[in-house]
Amino acid sequence: MSGLEPGLEALDLTHFIRRDDDGALTMDFAIEGSDCAACIDDIEGAVGDLAGVASARLNVASRRLSVRWRDGEARAQAVVERLAARGYRAHAFEMRRLESDDQERMRFLLRCLAVAAFAMMNVMLLSVAVWSGAVSDIDRETRDFFHWVSAILVLPAAAYAGQPFFRNALAGLRARRLNMDAPISLGVVLALGMSLYETWTHAAHAYFDSAAMLLVFLLAGRVLDQAMRLKMRAAAANIAALKGDYAQRLDDGGEIVVVPVAALRSGERVLVRPGERVPADGLVISGASDLDESVVTGETQRRSVETGAQAWAGSLNGAGALTLRVTAAGESSLIDEARRLMDRALEARSRYRLLADRAASVYSPFVHLTAACTLGLWLLLGADAHFALITAISVLIITCPCALALAVPAVQVVASGALFRAGLYLNAPDALERLSEIDHVVFDKTGTLTLPMKRVANACEIAPDLLAVAGRLARSSRHPLAGAVAACAPVQEPFPDAREETGAGVRAQAGAAEARLGSAAFCGVEDDRATQDADVSALYLRHGARWARLEIRHALRADAAATVAQLRARGLGVSILSGDREAAVAPVAARLGVEDWRGGVTPQDKILAVQALARQGRRVLMVGDGLNDAPALAGAHAALSPIDAVEMARAGADAVFLGDGLQPVVTALDVARKARMLMRQNLWASVLYNVIAAPLAVAGLVTPLIAAAAMSGSSILVVVNALRARAPQKAAPATGARSSARMRGKFARSPA
Amino acid sequence: MNVLVYLVPLAVALGALWLACFLWSLRAGQYEDMEGAAWRILSDEDVTK
Repeated sequence: MSGLEPGLEALDLTHFIRRDDDGALTMDFAIEGSDCAACIDDIEGAVGDLAGVASARLNVASRRLSVRWRDGEARAQAVVERLAARGYRAHAFEMRRLESDDQERMRFLLRCLAVAAFAMMNVMLLSVAVWSGAVSDIDRETRDFFHWVSAILVLPAAAYAGQPFFRNALAGLRARRLNMDAPISLGVVLALGMSLYETWTHAAHAYFDSAAMLLVFLLAGRVLDQAMRLKMRAAAANIAALKGDYAQRLDDGGEIVVVPVAALRSGERVLVRPGERVPADGLVISGASDLDESVVTGETQRRSVETGAQAWAGSLNGAGALTLRVTAAGESSLIDEARRLMDRALEARSRYRLLADRAASVYSPFVHLTAACTLGLWLLLGADAHFALITAISVLIITCPCALALAVPAVQVVASGALFRAGLYLNAPDALERLSEIDHVVFDKTGTLTLPMKRVANACEIAPDLLAVAGRLARSSRHPLAGAVAACAPVQEPFPDAREETGAGVRAQAGAAEARLGSAAFCGVEDDRATQDADVSALYLRHGARWARLEIRHALRADAAATVAQLRARGLGVSILSGDREAAVAPVAARLGVEDWRGGVTPQDKILAVQALARQGRRVLMVGDGLNDAPALAGAHAALSPIDAVEMARAGADAVFLGDGLQPVVTALDVARKARMLMRQNLWASVLYNVIAAPLAVAGLVTPLIAAAAMSGSSILVVVNALRARAPQKAAPATGARSSARMRGKFARSPA
Repeated sequence: MNVLVYLVPLAVALGALWLACFLWSLRAGQYEDMEGAAWRILSDEDVTK
């Protein structure tokens, strides 16, 4: 009920059409319902037959359709309508700058990986010959020839494929920090330099293969990491497009044009009908109504607005039609205040230091110091300068953090894949680590603990035939509460003669008697319970002599209590911070068994409360969805948002989760904790490897063969260990829930 | 061992050919929809023509 169905009025999608370099017009659509082989032909065929369409290509992996038009005119509406007729929903889609940057980076990393792999494969071929020649009878000329070919292959390949590391290392040095890429870059450069010198002087050992292999392993890790990030961003962007609402824009001529919300510009006028969501922030220029601003402020009581009042995007319009003038960012004090608080909080969070960086800051100086000591030691022992230098460089090569640099990203890739399958999309790469440290969870109430849409709370107490009549009546109404009534009844046709009386209700002839749905007075009902509970909105239904009272409220998410209990079982503290009235928060807190709760909290108070917890040494996870939660989400140690959250809240969250349940909150914490454990294991495995390998290198016993075997062996070990992050351990309650579901099924089937 | 003088460059040239093929396929967008490629092979639209 919240969005408009496109196609009722003229649909204007010109905002999304872009002109390619060759002048052709192109537009992307996110497609719902395309998940079979036949869909490809069906969709591409249907759109390709449209007049003027040059090509239509469906990307199955990203669920996007790209349409190109041949001549100067693009008819996007025809595409949407044609696909709707075939049962697919197409949504205008705009690629975000961030996503196309990510795709470009992915292609670059793949090119680097290909070049490094090419060099490694060919050089290994030669190196294996040299290694086996060392124990048989390779002659000096052949060995030199092989070394020279290796040099010609690896030097340019490393210069190209090493770019991602060299750039990062330089950036780190400029910021006066040693990141993991610094020892990698130094190791590669020194290995190549020394090998070139050794080749020049006809020596027996060259480390070209080690350098190439190092780059291949590390680049493979980065490609996987980037692929996962890209997949999540694409999925999140699609969801944003699918959820994207349409607005009714009033043109200068007073004509109504339906446009996607993303295409609205400041200063334009939009019409908001009763029961619709406000598409953008704006000032009311005509009309009067009452707004449900629970998404914005958490407050569930309606606010009446009239000409000159501010309306915020996401609010649900009540009984009157409104005309708004869209305001841009910077014109609304509430949003500016929230954004200012959020920016400041996000800046603080960006100072978080990743596990890998912390490891690098210990590791890099240690490695460099060991190499320097080796050089000094051998010189003191009277070895010649050449031998001492070579031994020192071989220390750098063998301790080069191949496994260390893979240890953390490999776990991250596997763990974020597990989260992805559980319906959680990570926004921030460091989110996993911050999530793993959480020991206190703060929930928002409205839209987080409760479902974002209102429900009929007493549906099971009403006679099913009355409920069905109510559902059919509700389908003819645009009243904000009608959606809740329609959702609780079985889907049926609306009554053909249903008439809505604005501000009162709907009536229609149902069978022999007239049926009415609306206020108590409209239905001729006298009910003394009318104003008992401030949290409940009541609608009445009269059908002939019978009547029913429908109590409509924000219902708790089905698994809210179970989630809170599971969090408790893991030893986490739980509290509730809500912008809603205390009278509305208290019953929710009581049902969930949460003692620590506050109501009537402003956005500023929320972030202060979260910071106060942090000062007590708590690592706080904030879960919230509203504009009023956005600063607290940004200010918390980690943050999650349901997918229905307002855009600013999603921007402040580390991950968004899908679905009607809160279970993803527990899953996120479980996966993150397991991932952290594996990261630590991997780091310790790398340390162990160095404890064994480094003394050998210091003693001058390492040949290129040993280096190659040790480096690849340790890398494979940490990657295999990382795969264990894939399956989150199934907790005992899961099987319990399944068996009780089976029991319920049995009871439902029994005749009683 | 003189045979190596042209056999090794030949091996490298084959590797370079693979690299060129890969870079071409990357630029042609063949890695952008791995799932779709798997489905498209079942389409017999081009057979009947």
